[in-house]
Amino acid sequence: MSINKEGNGYTMIFAIIMVTVVGGLLAFVSSTLKPTQMENVKNEKMQNILQAIGIEETATVSRDEAGAIFNDYITKRIILDYDGNVISELSNEVPIKAAARKRIDETDAFNVDVRKYYNDLTGLMKKYPEGGAEYEAALKEEVITYPLFVCEKDGKEFYITYFSGKGLWDDIWGYISLQEDGRTINGSVFDHKGETPGLGSKITETPFNDDFLGKVITTDEGEYRPIKVLKPGLKRNEYQVQGLSGATFTHVGVEEMMDRSLAVYSKYLKGITASNTLPVINEMSDSTMISDSSYQMVIDTNAVLALK
Amino acid sequence: MSEKKEALFSKKNKKLLSDPLNLNNPVTIQVLGICSALAVTVQMDNAIVMSVAVLFVMVMGNLIVSLLRNLIPSKIKIIVQLVIVAALVIIVDQVLKAYVYDVSKSLSVFVGLIITNCIIMGRLEAYALGNKPWGSILDGVGNGLGYGLILVVVAFFKELFGSGKLLGFEIFGNSIEQTGLYSIGYEDNGLMLLPPSSLILVAIYIWIQKKRTPSLIDENAN
Repeated sequence: MSINKEGNGYTMIFAIIMVTVVGGLLAFVSSTLKPTQMENVKNEKMQNILQAIGIEETATVSRDEAGAIFNDYITKRIILDYDGNVISELSNEVPIKAAARKRIDETDAFNVDVRKYYNDLTGLMKKYPEGGAEYEAALKEEVITYPLFVCEKDGKEFYITYFSGKGLWDDIWGYISLQEDGRTINGSVFDHKGETPGLGSKITETPFNDDFLGKVITTDEGEYRPIKVLKPGLKRNEYQVQGLSGATFTHVGVEEMMDRSLAVYSKYLKGITASNTLPVINEMSDSTMISDSSYQMVIDTNAVLALK
Repeated sequence: MSEKKEALFSKKNKKLLSDPLNLNNPVTIQVLGICSALAVTVQMDNAIVMSVAVLFVMVMGNLIVSLLRNLIPSKIKIIVQLVIVAALVIIVDQVLKAYVYDVSKSLSVFVGLIITNCIIMGRLEAYALGNKPWGSILDGVGNGLGYGLILVVVAFFKELFGSGKLLGFEIFGNSIEQTGLYSIGYEDNGLMLLPPSSLILVAIYIWIQKKRTPSLIDENAN
């Protein structure tokens, strides 16, 4: 048997067989492992949402447990539009399906891809000057939705928000839960794709997240007010949290994504919590000590950031 | 090669296994595969999983290339090697994502970058393409272990001094609650968490290794 191994024909045939075999093998591996991988991603998201509630029972839940108990805690899954109106609402009796992107249930808040919407948004920002009339109009036209999860525990409701943005190197995202009054932060979970290890990556750790507890996202009058991340060691009031040293750009990203999304969530929460939580707001005002001048200063830095 | 059947662990084969661990270590002597050694050594468990992944890819790659060594057309041999390595790496990546999701998250792109690990392509080209399967397997195991050894040693010191832990267990106490060593003012070394410290540690390793084995010192260097 003699085959000319140096010939072009042999080389072509070898290449074709190799590509077919390898391609088939990889397709097989991928389709076999896909369900397990989807399950992991789904459970991790459930774990993050449960941890963000910040109640004792769910604070240390493991990834596998999360899938099992998620629907015991999360009673409603709501999708909001840019103006804070409800687009769709599902109760916990509707099971969550983890499926490939093409087959996802678009009406389920659990499947809202906030990272994709963030990319849509940055596209708009590049096209139109931010804050202008054109930008506002385009923002309303573009379908950018906001998922909200409602948790019920001992007769109290918690609202869990979910958002995404850009850190120093890559995507960052987070979950923040608000108490029944719709303004006090009850827990937070942040995660990132590739922030600097030991610096920006510490947004996932307890010290950073603990400082969010009890902070508020609105003024006593109910106006939305963004949370600011300060350099470590500074004195903070109830809308400022302690940042990490050496992670300035990660902070900027955290502030930006929280501001952008919580502004929308607060529109919705203001409406639904106005009636039932007036006494709570009064209680809160005793502990809030903030002078008008320092609030003014924060607005100014905001404007400076926006100009940049 | 002689017609007589060679013993499975002949002297020559044992050398294939032991050389890469010390005398011809791929990282410290050949200075290959440094990039991943710098990046995934912040925690021990990452380093161990990464070593196992590289070991698997190297052994399987060596075996497959060695089996096909008489069939691979020399015109496209680099492409064939790349396809084999890439396919193996994708399989490893998929398996990690399915069964050790957390580790796969912290290794992130570095699993995919095993494809570009110079050790693997180097061994395929230098050894597996010209030798029998059994020898190639041993060569793969040896080089995989040699790479893993450095990774684990570097990760040991980086995790211990960078975050006071080993495999996630707190060795020096809890830095947040200020227990153990931290109560008397000890602080973690932040540099240890960053890639440059791996270079320093690898350099110290090479220094000790060459001090102990004078035959490694290049006579012509002076």
